Amino acid sequence: MTGALIDLSFAAFSLVAIVAGVRVFRTDSMVRAAFYLLASFAATGGIMVLLGAEFLGMVLILMMAGEMLVMAIVMVMYMMNPAGLNPMVMVHQPRTAVVAGVIAFLAIAGVGLSGEVPSRPAPDPAAATAELGRELLGNSMLVFQTAGVTLLATMVGAIAIAAPRGRHGDAAEGSEEPGLQPDEEASA
Amino acid sequence: MTTEAVLVVGAALFGIGVFGALSQQSFVMLMMGIELMINGSLLVLVAMWARAAGGSPDGQMLAIVFMTVMAVEMSLGFALITGVYRVRRADITEKLRKLKG
Repeated sequence: MTGALIDLSFAAFSLVAIVAGVRVFRTDSMVRAAFYLLASFAATGGIMVLLGAEFLGMVLILMMAGEMLVMAIVMVMYMMNPAGLNPMVMVHQPRTAVVAGVIAFLAIAGVGLSGEVPSRPAPDPAAATAELGRELLGNSMLVFQTAGVTLLATMVGAIAIAAPRGRHGDAAEGSEEPGLQPDEEASA
Repeated sequence: MTTEAVLVVGAALFGIGVFGALSQQSFVMLMMGIELMINGSLLVLVAMWARAAGGSPDGQMLAIVFMTVMAVEMSLGFALITGVYRVRRADITEKLRKLKG
């Protein structure tokens, strides 16, 4: 791709990533929020491909597509108003949050813009991907395997947390929320 | 596409994520904020790998670790949401006045 085309694609992807990211918290429907987040992730993956990290960009898009579908299902399962039929404002401390977000943006962007980025570009995408493959199954195999074991442990833990019944009986047993006036229970 | 521009985009995604994670009441929306924050840092990481690391594959390895963290965060988050919903019928943070089960 020529330089101008890359610049144009980068501008488009950045716009989609940021606008969709903002829309995630500005839409009435939670399912739509999940798909806006997917759009934001897909655009980020596009920028990564433009940067030459083709493997990582595509993995991000594939992973997020699956993850956001799960997220949309969870929304429909648990959340009120998943279809966005009513206007939805479910925020607390919005002003603090906006200030914190702006400060985070300014601080990180400030560091990024004021620092000196050394110019040592990566090799072309095909070579970089091949190198990553050799690294994954070579020097960094332990890291790779550790990530795999971590994911396995996460799966076991997630099932243990979400299961309706524990090994010793009903998971909810003994953890029901007390009544509105807990003192009553104590005095009774 | 300068490196600085990518860094600014990553910072913007991180800032939006901070806003979302701090302001949303719904557990899932809160997790979306955290996801956006990881997404922004991942983008910055990849940009630095592509432009400043001389193509060392370690940078891509670190990105893969980031993605693992994302997957772990999501699956454990969903499991916790399911667990909390079973016990408390709660889907927003305000319904959880105390953490003790």
